[in-house]
Amino acid sequence: MSEQEHATSTKARPAGSGAEPLLRVSHLQKHFPITTSGLLRRTIGSVKAVDGISLEVGRSETLGLVGESGCGKSTAGRTMLKLLEPTAGTIEFEGRDITRLNRAQMVPMRRRMQMIFQDPYSSLNPRHTVGSIIGAPYAIQGVNPPGGVKAAVQSLMERVGLNPEHYNRYPNEFSGGQRQRIGIARAIALHPKLIVCDEPVSALDVSIQAQVLNLLEDLQQEFEIAYLFIAHDLSVVRHISDRVAVMYLGHLAEVADADQIYLTPRHPYTLALLSAVPIPDPIKERKRKRILVQGDLPSPSNPPSGCVFRTRCWKAQDICAQQAPQLREMQPGHRVACHFPEEPKPVILSS
Amino acid sequence: MTVSAQVTPGSVPPAAFEEQEAIAGRSLGQLAWMRLRRDKGAMTAMITLIVIIALAVFAPLITRMLHIDPLSFDDKAVSQDGGLPIGPFGGMSLAHPLGVEPGTGRDNLARLLYGARVSLFISFSATIITCTIGVLVGIVAGYRRGWVDGALGRFMDIVLAFPLLLVALSMAPVLTQRLQSMGLSGNGGRVLYLILVISIFGWPYLARIVRGQVLSIREREFVESAVSMGAGTSRILFREILPNLWAPILVYATIVMPSYIALEASLSFLGVGVLPPTPTWGAMLADSVRYFVVDPAFLFFPGALLFIVVFAFNSLGDAVRDALDPRTGRV
Repeated sequence: MSEQEHATSTKARPAGSGAEPLLRVSHLQKHFPITTSGLLRRTIGSVKAVDGISLEVGRSETLGLVGESGCGKSTAGRTMLKLLEPTAGTIEFEGRDITRLNRAQMVPMRRRMQMIFQDPYSSLNPRHTVGSIIGAPYAIQGVNPPGGVKAAVQSLMERVGLNPEHYNRYPNEFSGGQRQRIGIARAIALHPKLIVCDEPVSALDVSIQAQVLNLLEDLQQEFEIAYLFIAHDLSVVRHISDRVAVMYLGHLAEVADADQIYLTPRHPYTLALLSAVPIPDPIKERKRKRILVQGDLPSPSNPPSGCVFRTRCWKAQDICAQQAPQLREMQPGHRVACHFPEEPKPVILSS
Repeated sequence: MTVSAQVTPGSVPPAAFEEQEAIAGRSLGQLAWMRLRRDKGAMTAMITLIVIIALAVFAPLITRMLHIDPLSFDDKAVSQDGGLPIGPFGGMSLAHPLGVEPGTGRDNLARLLYGARVSLFISFSATIITCTIGVLVGIVAGYRRGWVDGALGRFMDIVLAFPLLLVALSMAPVLTQRLQSMGLSGNGGRVLYLILVISIFGWPYLARIVRGQVLSIREREFVESAVSMGAGTSRILFREILPNLWAPILVYATIVMPSYIALEASLSFLGVGVLPPTPTWGAMLADSVRYFVVDPAFLFFPGALLFIVVFAFNSLGDAVRDALDPRTGRV
């Protein structure tokens, strides 16, 4: 596995241009009901984990989805794959509306959309061999790969950097990074077009993170896979993403090309988020101006009126409480949901 | 029972791989088996049980070889004035190694061997049925949650609310007759009745254990991963979740098995068990109580055998639980 950095600028692709996107999500909502305990459950409220997000993922593109813990990014990713039933909104995959497809109708679609999970320990069944874990997509989907399942699984293992002779071993015999490679091999087995990566490297050592990210990039080029890359580590997201969407309390704050987000952030929340990234240069680091956001994340069961970020925003005015800002296009490909966006002047932040 | 720990799907690597690899892959079942093999107490218990099961299975052969019979009377072995066994310790002799029954002179060893067949058959069958129903109900309740879980939970409460012994005693005449009219005459119907009663009142305990485990297992990401690949409910339940339940199931089975032997003995003792002259351990114990003062050996042999089996199963159950628990340290 090569350790060399892939320059982010070389892989930037024009976002959302030309043909229809692979995945288009409009006004997606996922609310979890809060019910009373007891025999007769009454709904007394709901947790608005995802509250009206719209975004697109182009073919072979990586869209980074960032935000702090509890902002709904994992729920958004799972809802887009219909692992959770959306409350409202539409999900279109390859031009087809899959919002209301039931579980059986989703089965053929699942060949083309997969998921890589955060926890390499709980995402692999401890009672199955690696061979049967990676071969599971074939068994479940009834696919007979040329040359047989075992040969296909072993070539997948080789492709992701595992020893194919370990076909009969159990997950507990592998390290965290190797386990994540098993999860990746399972996800790419059916050559999906979209993979939702739910913090795939946040449970790994930093040295292993780079290897796994490079593997994901190599596989993207080889199989033309689009990633929805969910993470909270901004440097990881910058490394791998073509475009980045910033999420806050179930809403999208800003969507733009990766470089634009990092060089000219327009939403105050993005700015605050980026200002928290340390700079690996002591002189610059001392001059770095940190924006400390006040207060706690509001409860998603009772979000603030108007702009959800206004309770912690230093620029908030009356209008922010009355009117929810829409995601508007400020420049081509750069959308911001803010009444008072930052000027598009470059800010000096970490590389 | 422990042997099945190894038969979790695909756990035995092909021999070719074992030879190539210096460190061969070992499944959790194999690791548990290795731990179990180092536990001398557990191995003693297992060998004891295997011997007893083998004796029960080959009872006809053994009795023929020893020229003993569980049903035939032997007037010469008992005294003519009161029917007590002639000879030391309950009438021990070459002809009757463990003595004879007072009054009839029937051979104790033969009756114990044949009794083991009935007792072990009832407890094995009841354990298997209990575990099957308990696992099915528990896995469904835990996985579906919601109203399914609620309804099954209330149903389990209702079943557990019945006093087992009273119900077993009061239903026995009606149900054994019903089974007889269905063509199961005599002991067949009574054995079936015992198995049914024990199973019907036994499964909710395991169902609750399994449900609790499933509630936590279903939240692990490998279940969601199976859903994301398009797996159906039956695959998720039986291929993904069930293999993770072997530890509690095996432990529960080894613990209830001896209690079912004892329960069969109690029910036979109370008279709803197998009809005489067919021997069971419970019926022998029931008979021996009357002779305890004059012929204590008659109580000793079935009592000791029951004790050994129950004790062996319990220690084996403990050892299996320890062996399957990954926290007990690596081999």
